[in-house]
Amino acid sequence: MDMEIPTHPVIDCDVHAVLPAIDALLPYLPAYWREQIAQTGFKGPMDSWYPPGMPTSARAEARPSDGSPPASRVGVIQRDVLGAPPHPSFAILSSDCAVESLHNPDAAAAIAGALNEWLVSEWLSVDARLRASIVVPSQFPELAVQEIERRALNPGFVQVLLPVRSETPYGSRNFRPVFAAAARHGLPVALHYGGAPGNPPTPVGWPSFYLEEYAGMTGVFQTQLVSIISGGVFDEHPDLRLVLAEGGFAWLPAMLWRFDKNWKGLRREIPWVRKPPSEYVREHVRLTTAPSDAPEDPAQFADVISQLGSDELLLYASDYPHGHGDLAAERGWAALPASTLRKVTSDNPRRLYRL
Amino acid sequence: MCAAPDIPLAPRVGQPSTLIDCDIHNAITPSALARHLPERWRAYHGQFGRRMTPGDFYPKATPMASRTDSWPPGGGPPGSDLAFMRKQLLDAWPIEIGVLNTLITIRNQYRDYDAAIAVAANSCQIAEWLEPEPRLRASLLVPFEDSELAVAEIRRHSADTRFVQVLIPSRTSEPLGRRKYWPIYAAAADCGLPIGIHFGGWSGGHPISGAGWPTYYLEYHTGMNQTFQAHLISLICEGVFEEFPKLKIVFIEGGIAWIPPVLWRLDRSWRQLKAENPKLSKAPSEYFREHFWLTTQPVEEPPEPGQFLQMLSHLDMDDHLLFSTDYPHWDFDSPDGALPSVMGTELRRKVLRDNARRLYRFP
Repeated sequence: MDMEIPTHPVIDCDVHAVLPAIDALLPYLPAYWREQIAQTGFKGPMDSWYPPGMPTSARAEARPSDGSPPASRVGVIQRDVLGAPPHPSFAILSSDCAVESLHNPDAAAAIAGALNEWLVSEWLSVDARLRASIVVPSQFPELAVQEIERRALNPGFVQVLLPVRSETPYGSRNFRPVFAAAARHGLPVALHYGGAPGNPPTPVGWPSFYLEEYAGMTGVFQTQLVSIISGGVFDEHPDLRLVLAEGGFAWLPAMLWRFDKNWKGLRREIPWVRKPPSEYVREHVRLTTAPSDAPEDPAQFADVISQLGSDELLLYASDYPHGHGDLAAERGWAALPASTLRKVTSDNPRRLYRL
Repeated sequence: MCAAPDIPLAPRVGQPSTLIDCDIHNAITPSALARHLPERWRAYHGQFGRRMTPGDFYPKATPMASRTDSWPPGGGPPGSDLAFMRKQLLDAWPIEIGVLNTLITIRNQYRDYDAAIAVAANSCQIAEWLEPEPRLRASLLVPFEDSELAVAEIRRHSADTRFVQVLIPSRTSEPLGRRKYWPIYAAAADCGLPIGIHFGGWSGGHPISGAGWPTYYLEYHTGMNQTFQAHLISLICEGVFEEFPKLKIVFIEGGIAWIPPVLWRLDRSWRQLKAENPKLSKAPSEYFREHFWLTTQPVEEPPEPGQFLQMLSHLDMDDHLLFSTDYPHWDFDSPDGALPSVMGTELRRKVLRDNARRLYRFP
């Protein structure tokens, strides 16, 4: 979203703090895991689900000339995000290193814990404008809860991060303690693009191309949203908030039309859900703006914004260093009223994260 | 969801005089199937059964996910009695032509057995449905995970114009753009038959979502459009329409409103990621609007009717929408009540009749 320098404080709700390599975690890992890494050559869970050379993984100007990974140093974020238009007052960091792909629960917990320590020491302590998301071993709910408890009292952490891809949908009963822990501490839960749980990202197996996986990821966001609402997570935790990050938002209205209709026909199956799913979404769910996946025609863009049915759903995000080539959104935002833009860039994130 | 009236209603204002229903489910009962199975497979069936074919994953809305009024008074499951189907559907509205999509499970484990079931079911459709009722057409069942056997079945019926498309359930073992399915597309395109991809199935045994098994039938049903989304993306990205420029795909019971956002995202992603797949000569949405048709049920219901028109204009496929009831299932869309009244007379005529007539080359 291109903007003039705004008069209200802007909050950038999705900025990547990229772990350059597992070595960066060595100072924060227990001795046992330092030794395991030294002796086995273990390089950590995986490289990344973002293909290295694609603009979707890093726009050209975000690639450091020294060859270091984009967005892997706080100085780069200070220069390119905090120090650049729209000059956000705060940036919410999201980090990952695919801990959900590990089958050893102790390894997953140790690496998630070290990643959070790295965020505290090398990012949050360096710049007071940064906030971070708690990385958890999402495949082991009990250990995820322990990590939430360990970080929740640090005001630098403002949400719990779950990769949108999982082996079982997050509304399933076994994840309930994770939502309970987040709710107990007043932390939103953010589902972010990506994840490496091992199962295919489509209901019909593995696709051939990254293009298919990337474009199709909205389906996984939809599964999680339907699961969390149907499972009654918001009925159990009326103050809980859910953030859908880097998953687009243009798909939401049509999905809610389908979901509301099916709720009318099938609600006997989930009697705790006492109002249409779209009402839960408006109260509990927020979505980041990058990418938007909205249409290029500004009139159609405005249709989508109005179909959302609320101007409180969207959270401004640059998604630095990713480049989505979202020309549609740049044109579309320019055509919207200033009051809507102010809500998206400032009021909605401030209320959500209490900044 | 709307039950059939006891007394046929006068046509709604703006309705065409006749209509074409593109998704009717005729049930082929085990005894009907047995009448058409050769002795070798009848014996196999008796000895081994439909090995490992699952029952319901969830308690569903109603028995057999069907309208509670659709059980034939003479016995048998919903959709199994032609006379009752005439009374409740074909005669209750001015249905000129109805397309049958029989949902017999083709599990694709023991391929010869599955091929035998497809062959028998198609014979049964001819003898017990198409011969006695000239208003009906049918989709051809094939053992779709085995292209060679599937192509043989397509060729066997290529001269029978009552089979109007090749049926593949949306839950397949691989995304449908994968090359293993291409011989089916070659044969279908050669015979001028669209490929109809229908809600459901369970080939391959993948969970119904890209994030594993959901807990409730409501999630399963709501999320089924993701199988269609995966096929849409796969068929286009794999270059199927570059290879088979005459191939037509019909999404049956997948809904329609989710499609514009997928096309917006897919076009943008393709521009960003073109380097990965140089086969495509134009934007993904252009392939989609040329090669895909969509049945309407279960039609999405936005809170404001004007939003339905917005969605149709975003979709921009007025000539590719096909009305369907999904009789006898619980989420049946009534020809009178399902399509919002804001749809104009001309569009209503296209959707309720003329688009299907052109696609399937009905007289």
